[in-house]
Amino acid sequence: MKGGPVLILGATSGMAREIARSFAACGHPIQLAARNVARLEDDRADLETRHGVAVTLHEFDALDLASHKGFVEGLPALPDIAVCAVGAMGTQEENAANPEKGAMVMRANFEGPASILGHLANAMEARGSGTLVGISSVAGDRGRASNYVYGSAKAGFTAFLSGLRNRLAKTGVHVLTVKPGFVATAMTEGMDLPEKLTADPKEVGHAIRIAVQSQKNVIYIRPVWRLIMAIIKAIPEPIFKKTEI
Amino acid sequence: MSILSGWGRTPKAACHVVRARTEGDVAASLGDTTLIARGNGRSYGDSALNPALTLDMRGMDRMLSFDAESGTLVAEAGVLLEDIIDTFLPRGWFPAVTPGTKFVSLGGAIAADVHGKNHHRDGAFGSFVDWIEVMGADGQVTRASRDGNSDLFGYTLGGMGLTGVILRAQIRLRRVESGWIVQQTLPTGTLEEAIDAFEANLDALYSVAWIDCATQGRHLGRSLVMLGHHATPDELPSDKRRKPFAVKRKRAKRVPLDFPGLALNRYSVRAFNELYYRMGARKAGRAIVDWDTYFYPLDAILDWNRIYGTRGFFQFQCVLPTDTARAGMHQLVERIAASGQGSFLSVLKRFGAQESRFSFPQEGYTLALDFPANDRSLALMDTLDRITLENGGRFYLAKDGRVPRTVFSQADPRAAEFAALRREQGWDRAFASLQSERLGL
Ligand SMILES: Cc1cc2nc3c(=O)[nH]c(=O)nc-3n(C[C@H](O)[C@H](O)[C@H](O)COP(=O)(O)OP(=O)(O)OC[C@H]3O[C@@H](n4cnc5c(N)ncnc54)[C@H](O)[C@@H]3O)c2cc1C
Ligand SMILES: NC(=O)c1ccc[n+]([C@@H]2O[C@H](COP(=O)([O-])OP(=O)(O)OC[C@H]3O[C@@H](n4cnc5c(N)ncnc54)[C@H](OP(=O)(O)O)[C@@H]3O)[C@@H](O)[C@H]2O)c1
Repeated sequence: MKGGPVLILGATSGMAREIARSFAACGHPIQLAARNVARLEDDRADLETRHGVAVTLHEFDALDLASHKGFVEGLPALPDIAVCAVGAMGTQEENAANPEKGAMVMRANFEGPASILGHLANAMEARGSGTLVGISSVAGDRGRASNYVYGSAKAGFTAFLSGLRNRLAKTGVHVLTVKPGFVATAMTEGMDLPEKLTADPKEVGHAIRIAVQSQKNVIYIRPVWRLIMAIIKAIPEPIFKKTEI
Repeated sequence: MSILSGWGRTPKAACHVVRARTEGDVAASLGDTTLIARGNGRSYGDSALNPALTLDMRGMDRMLSFDAESGTLVAEAGVLLEDIIDTFLPRGWFPAVTPGTKFVSLGGAIAADVHGKNHHRDGAFGSFVDWIEVMGADGQVTRASRDGNSDLFGYTLGGMGLTGVILRAQIRLRRVESGWIVQQTLPTGTLEEAIDAFEANLDALYSVAWIDCATQGRHLGRSLVMLGHHATPDELPSDKRRKPFAVKRKRAKRVPLDFPGLALNRYSVRAFNELYYRMGARKAGRAIVDWDTYFYPLDAILDWNRIYGTRGFFQFQCVLPTDTARAGMHQLVERIAASGQGSFLSVLKRFGAQESRFSFPQEGYTLALDFPANDRSLALMDTLDRITLENGGRFYLAKDGRVPRTVFSQADPRAAEFAALRREQGWDRAFASLQSERLGL
């Protein structure tokens, strides 16, 4: 088994750990990128010990847009597959009370990820091959009072990924949009999530690898989310605005 | 708040749960209240429950290094034995000691000092642990081994999470030449013959017996004693010899719903035991079985604990010392069979000698079986407690959710010493479980 390098942006994330494992298990070398990469030493050891693949660590800040071009050029090899798991939620109360905080959430979920994937897209387009994976969210499918700052950023990111897929469709570069639904990670720690709707990060890792291999366009991790969001999107606005969901 | 329980689904408790993903998360959870570490929740009773704070360690699941010469693995406590097997069996290594399910964490295996089918030869899990790193009440991490901080090391093996949070450990794996086990099944007509069979086969690497606890009279305690060892390539048929580690993983099944309490009654249990014994007796002799079927038959049905219905079940497990084992086991099995409450799977096993601070095993015989949680079985278990006490036996905390404090401390004088040490070290103010409170540890 072998494959080309897989870059994981936001590698300290709970989902990212399982995504990296899933690709490493198939023999792909892994490039882990995050802020303060010293924190990734144990993850590197884990991937090497379990799967015997080469792992490199790369300092990366999604908010430091000026560094993104150099970051891509500085990678030991342009990856075959790049997965962006960067994201931040804050709390809706804070984001609403303090729009500056809200803007930071928007930047971390939309501007930063779109910038780095934009650079990677250009490089992959020039090469004529590659897969880009963006982890967006069902929260972007419709703005809701409980989560609309984060949701609006994800909506922007979803639209960006959709457009990017459209642009690159004939270039050999594929784009996958992932809408995980609830996942038990640090981001949702302490929240009271319904068990049947909440995926384990392992499920995410597995589903993304399969979706990349079969060139899917948009996936929800647990299929019921597609149905739930179809219903939520179908509610007429006059009714929707009075609901609490 | 989540409603948690052990594998037996009773008792249940609303617990504040935090998942630790890093050492920093563990440190951050210390202080305000007591806490208990939880691995994969495969202990049966209340060992891994603390309403104030139950620290889910499955987020710390990284393997940190492996030495392919010596088979030594360093890993975080939340790594499951299943992951260890998936990773290292293809390279020729297997856990040196394994309990009857692969869904246990490294931390849980150390904290309960679990035993496997080779206890009579190799001792418990702890025999293969070189060192552990434990976070204490003050947030300090101490590396403990037989040579350094040996008290902490000794008491953490079998200490049920009550000495601190195990973060990492170094363990030694066993070199094996295939993923197959040569199994020898010896049907015995009585309990006495089963014990004779264990004594006659002390050199077998693995030995365990399924014992019929439903049949009374002449065939009381008839058993299928199962011996085993890891197959060498020349013991394998040629189709398996070419790829000795290629074992097809069977897809585990799920139990779709909670069985109503009726499904298990004395008739179905007796019929099952009859059938199981007859089928086993027919297959007596030598067979080659894959590692998963041999070590983990119950893992083939995920959630099998649901067959006992929502009220859950208790597991009773005691060990009787060698000198009283024959007579004592006879009394236990006789009582169980007479009650008509024997269970599907009752297990009898010979333990070897083990030095330990607070681990369960001691030289002798151990009996383990399930009972649905109801008044009749609770009364029966009280009787079994008494027989255990009279025969100088003791109880396994990883299986327990009900033994009364007085019975436990009478059975195991080490309990009082452990409780005193906990107070002296300040462990009792930081680490506690519903079990430690129930038993006054
Ligand atoms: C089908 C089945 C078969 C079994 N067969 C056997 C057998 O043959 N032999 C045997 O010995 N046992 C057996 N067991 C019991 C099981 O091996 C033990 O209960 C084991 O401790 C479970 O590990 P866990 O990770 O699920 O831990 P949990 O059940 O979550 O916790 C068990 C104990 O370990 C402590 N603990 C867990 N992680 C840590 C940590 N990181 N730091 C400190 N303390 C920690 C907890 O506080 C608790 O006291 C069996 C259980 C099942 C369900
Ligand atoms: N958990 C869910 O239920 C859920 C549901 C839908 C979508 N998602 C999305 O899934 C992705 C992964 O999230 P997760 O659940 O695994 O949560 P997580 O563990 O909190 O991961 C978020 C990651 O984003 C990184 N990050 C944030 N800001 C960054 C920046 N400026 N530069 C670089 N990295 C930055 C974080 O790195 P640091 O460690 O440096 O902070 C962290 O690794 C996110 O995009 C999230 O929005 C999650």
